[in-house]
Formats: sequence, C-alpha cells, structure tokens
Amino acid sequence: MTTISSASTAFSGDDPHNRLFGPVPDVAGERGYGDDHPPRVGFFTDTSVCIGCKACEVACKEWNTLPMDDAEGNRAQLGLTGASYDNTGMLGANSWRHVAFVEQSRAVDLPMPTVGAPGAVGGPRPLEDPPVVHPRVPASATTAEQSAPQQTPSADREIRWLMSSDVCKHCTHAACLDVCPTGSLFRTEFGSVVVQEDICNGCGYCVPACPYGVIDQRQDDGRVFKCTLCYDRLTDGLQPACASACPTESIQFGDLDQLRARADARLAALQDKGVEGVRLYGHDETDGVGGAGAFFLLLDEPEVYGLPPDPVVTTRDLPSMWRHVAAGAAMVVGVVASAFVGRRR
Amino acid sequence: MTAGEAVPGAGWRRADGAPAQDRERHRRSGGRAPRPGESVVGEAEFASYYGRPVIKPPVWKTPDVPLYLFLGGAAGSSALLGALAELTGRPALSRVAHLTAGGGALTSVAFLIHDLGRPARFLNMLRVFKPTSPLSVGSWILAPFSALATATAGAHLLGRFRRLRMLTGVGAGVLGGPMTTYTAALLSNTAVPSWHEAHRELPFAFAGSAMAAGGGIAVACSPAEEAGPARKVAVTGALIELGAMHRIEHGHGLVSEPYRTGRAGRQLRAARACTVTGTALALTAGRRRVPAVIGGALLAAGSVFTRFGVFDAGMASAKDPKYTVEPQRARAAGRDAANASAEEAHTPS
Ligand code: SF4
Ligand code: SF4
Ligand code: SF4
Repeated sequence: MTTISSASTAFSGDDPHNRLFGPVPDVAGERGYGDDHPPRVGFFTDTSVCIGCKACEVACKEWNTLPMDDAEGNRAQLGLTGASYDNTGMLGANSWRHVAFVEQSRAVDLPMPTVGAPGAVGGPRPLEDPPVVHPRVPASATTAEQSAPQQTPSADREIRWLMSSDVCKHCTHAACLDVCPTGSLFRTEFGSVVVQEDICNGCGYCVPACPYGVIDQRQDDGRVFKCTLCYDRLTDGLQPACASACPTESIQFGDLDQLRARADARLAALQDKGVEGVRLYGHDETDGVGGAGAFFLLLDEPEVYGLPPDPVVTTRDLPSMWRHVAAGAAMVVGVVASAFVGRRR
Repeated sequence: MTAGEAVPGAGWRRADGAPAQDRERHRRSGGRAPRPGESVVGEAEFASYYGRPVIKPPVWKTPDVPLYLFLGGAAGSSALLGALAELTGRPALSRVAHLTAGGGALTSVAFLIHDLGRPARFLNMLRVFKPTSPLSVGSWILAPFSALATATAGAHLLGRFRRLRMLTGVGAGVLGGPMTTYTAALLSNTAVPSWHEAHRELPFAFAGSAMAAGGGIAVACSPAEEAGPARKVAVTGALIELGAMHRIEHGHGLVSEPYRTGRAGRQLRAARACTVTGTALALTAGRRRVPAVIGGALLAAGSVFTRFGVFDAGMASAKDPKYTVEPQRARAAGRDAANASAEEAHTPS
C-alpha cells in the first residue's frame, strides 16, 4: 500500500550521487526503468522560424480533446485579450501549447535613394532594377533584413514579431513531480513527466511549484492537467501531435541528445548571419532544473516571451527547509518544556 | 551563451504603449554608472509578456488555507502544553489545552478537506510517503496528530479513560512540535518568490505564531493559578513571531516588498499591533481575569492575521511577474559576472 516514492532517492540514500538538482544522465533509468528503456525524448522549439499559425495549439486541443478556454483559463469561454493577436494568453489546464506573440519595433536609418545626374561619380542609386539573385525570387526576399528571421522593414522602422510556441518543459528535476503528495505525476520511460488523472487529488500543490507556470487546475474539476508529451502517441511510435502539425518545423521532436546538437548548429548559423539576441534557453544541464526536456531557440530575453530568466527547481532548497522546520519544532518543544520548569505559579 | 546585448530587447522595443516607452527612455538616458559596491544587476530593466504572471499563483482557497495554517499551529502548541500540564499536575490547564488541540485539529482537517473538495481525497494523501513533498509529510503528521488530539479532548469531555488519555495526550504532544512548523515548508517549497525566499525564517515565524496562539488561548481560558507556563509560552512565542516576521518583511530585498504593501501589508500591521498589545496585557495581567482574557485573545488574533498576511503576500508575489523576473535576472547576471571575472583571473595578460 504505502510505498516510499521513487521520487526521493536523494533522501532515501539509495543513490549518493543523485541530488535534488544538477545533471542526471539517465532520468528514466534513475526512476527504475530497465536498461532497455527508450532514449530520452523532447522538443527543440526553434522560434526563429515560427510563423504563429497556431497549428500546434489546435492539433494539441484536437488530439487531447481539450475544451475551449479563454486567456484566463476559464473553460468554455471565448475572450479576446485585447493586447495582441494572442488570445490564448498562457499555458493552462485546457491549453497545453501556447503561441506567444511579441510585436517589437525600432527606428532605423534606411539608405534612402538620392537624386543626381545620371552617370555622375558616386551618383544616384538606381531606383529601379534592384539586383535579382534568382529570376523567380524577388530581391526583397534576399535583402540583409531578411536574413534576420521574423523581421521586416517598414518606412523608417523595423518591425519584428517574436513568436514562440511554449509547452511544458518536462524538466530533469520536475518540481511538479517532486511535490505531488499522491504520486499522481510520474516520470515515463521516455523521460517525460505525465499526470495520472485518476490519481490526482486536486490539492493543487504542483501548480505554484512549477517554476515555469505550466501546470494548472481545471476549475470545475479540481484536477490538474498539462502536456503529456503525447505519451499515448509515443507508446505507439508516433510523434507528438503538435510537432507533426507544425508546418515550419519550428517544433522539432526527437532524441534529446540529437536535438541539442541540432540546436547548437542552428545557433551558430544564426550567429554567423549576425542575427541579434539569438540564444538557447533550457538546453543547459547545469541550469536550475537540470536541463529541460523541451528547450528553445529565442531571439530575445526569456522574460520577453513570458519565460522565467533563471528558473530553479524549488526542491533544491528542500534539505535546508526541512532543517529549519526541524529546528523550529525543536524550539517549540524547548520553549514549552522550559515554561514548566522552575517556580510554580 | 547570450550573444549581444545585456538589456532585454536592446534596440528593440515592444510596439505597445507605456512600458515599452519607459524602457526606451530609461535606455536613452543611459542610466548612471553604478557606484562601486553597488550591484550592476539592480540596474537591469524589467520586461514581461504583457504583464502576465510568469508562474501560476497558488489555487488554494482563502480563508480555508490561512485558517488551516492557524488552527494547525494553535493545535500543535496546545497539545504540547496540554501534555506537559497533565504530567505536572495542572488539571485545568491540561483540559483547556487539550480541548483547544482537539478542536483545532478537527477543524483544520475540515478546512483541508473543504479545500480538496472530497473527504476521499484526504485518504488519497496517505497513498505514498514522499519526503520531497511537504504536503505528503504533513498529511502523515496531521492524520495521527488529529486522531490522538481528538481522542484526548474526547476523554476530557467524557471525564473517563484517564490512563488512555495520558497516552494519547503524550502522543499528540510529541507530534505537536512538527505540527507547528511543517506548514512553513508547505508554503516555501514552491516557486512563489516571497514564500520560497523566506524558507529559513518561515518555520520560526510559524512556530512563534503557533505558541502565541496556543499559549494565548490557554491564558485566556484557564485559571490564573495554573496559567503561568501558558503565559510564558505565549509571550516567548509572540516575541519569536515578531522577530522572525521582521526579518521576512525586511530581509529579502524586492521579494520582501509584498509583505509590506497592499492587503498583506495591512494584515501584517494588524498582526503586529495585536501581538504587541496582547503581549503587554498578558505580562501585566497578573491574577486579574479581564486583561488576561483580552491579552490571550489578542495574541491569538495576531497569529490569525500573521497567517493571512503571509498567505496574501505570497499570492501577490506570484501574480506580479516583477517578483519572479527581477530577482532571477539579478541572480543570472551575478553568476555571469562571477564567471567572467574568474575567466579573467585565469587568462594571463
Ligand atoms: S515545466 Fe513545470 S509542469 Fe512541466 S515538468 Fe517542469 S515543473 Fe513540471
Ligand atoms: S506533446 Fe502532445 S500534449 Fe504536449 S503540447 Fe504537443 S500535442 Fe499537446
Ligand atoms: S510552432 Fe509551428 S505550428 Fe506552432 S505556431 Fe509556430 S509555426 Fe505554427
């Protein structure tokens, strides 16, 4: 009946090397899966090619038969945020993929055409006939601005749209899983983190524990829901629905090691082109969650997309918390006991 | 890793309204050079996604959860008081303290179950024992504690089963200490910035608050000739509560702010007023009943306000992305700076 959860090897002392944070080479193996378990899988989301079509959101809703909800997570309600084209607003119990839309602009000095005598030295730039690289490709598609993704010049301003499809990170050290008192959240053989809906108690502890604000409670139901990394599809050898629906391969699914290598190459390519602000997010195994199973290539700071800049799994500080709790309890015993010592009045 | 700028969206700004323009103005003015010793990091500008929260605020209900925190704490310290009063031959004090413990334990379980929605869900909590989940550990403390404390209180009411009552009373007393503090780990083991950062002080604030409440109720309800130990517990607890809360309200920079502002700030100011007045009354009451009753009640009220204030401060810090993003940016920037200077030290010039 009662079991010591496998989530707590760091406490039970089974494995002296396992800590509550830091890299874990074999997440599934550490949770007791045999040597023949499949390799850890995940998502590399390359936001630089996302076109904001929301195919992933829709595919996820369809496959998982998620109900409609508004930007505040209210079920069966239609609502516009009014802030942008993003009317999903956030990840929640009924939206397991969320495409963020960030509109940015800046002033630019465009090299304006000048007027002068034709043929003069240093004379006018031709107004017509811009260089054509390929007869079927218009010149505008090959200008420097276009080498930076999601970016277009418009009058004296450059506009860029940052679009990013967000999802549960399937953390190496998943706070949601660590704090769940019923064992409803578990680590799958693929290394992902999944909620068992029939065991979930509705205590809601995982909700504020997640450093990314992913998992949430369905209000009329009390239980929590989040992306399952399409566990049901993976066990049948299929790709997750969102990744198969993405038309631009912004969402890439596969073995985490391969994805990391692919991401490094893409980062280097974009940096060579001089794309500003490009960075990887969540790929580093030494970060606060031990590396995420879903990581991202971003074109700006994480918080611009609504992501935490330096998330840390809350259980990293748990030994200190328990020590202070024990010290506090001991103090109570000491204070009450000493109150009974001495003069009787 | 990060190529290029250190400021979010440097050169770029959001095409929507005031926050973006503020950022631009700030950037254009160039800020000022940080003075030596001052954190460069604090200068970092703050960007967010349409002001939406980064983490999800707790879904726990109020007043259920703050009351559960208060009742559990008061019951814990009362059980300990009751057990020691019983063993040292103070029948009246032991009766009051045991009734408080039993009543508090039962109602706190009721509030927990109401928050969960269904009684069966409380039993589900005992499916596993998980040290990484303070709620699991807490359920394993709360379940036997409330059984023992209720049994003891029942025996007092029936006036029978004296030997059994001694046993259950001592059992509840043993669990009383952990009862007062495990809820601190429950709150701080979350990503809620103002709770998590306070994880070293919260157990002491809750322990002090629990003793002020349990001691205060005992002072208010028991005859003066037996209330001596309860008074000492109440006053010591109140002082610990005041000290720990002061550190929580001022010791953590930005994430201490929610404890001083808004509804949480008002509640915590009320808590302080009640606790200070209650302590003074309890100390000066002597054998007079009226000031003892008022003083004890004020100490318990102070404890209630403390729980509500701490709860609300956490909620406020979870809802405003500033409290999540700014400290994390500062932490990351501090780490980057440390790495950079370590690298510099290694490269021969
Ligand atoms: S992102 Fe949040 S919900 Fe997803 S695994 Fe990590 S902690 Fe759990
Ligand atoms: S992996 Fe499946 S459940 Fe997760 S976001 Fe994609 S479609 Fe939804
Ligand atoms: S990630 Fe792919 S499917 Fe989702 S919005 Fe972007 S392009 Fe569309």
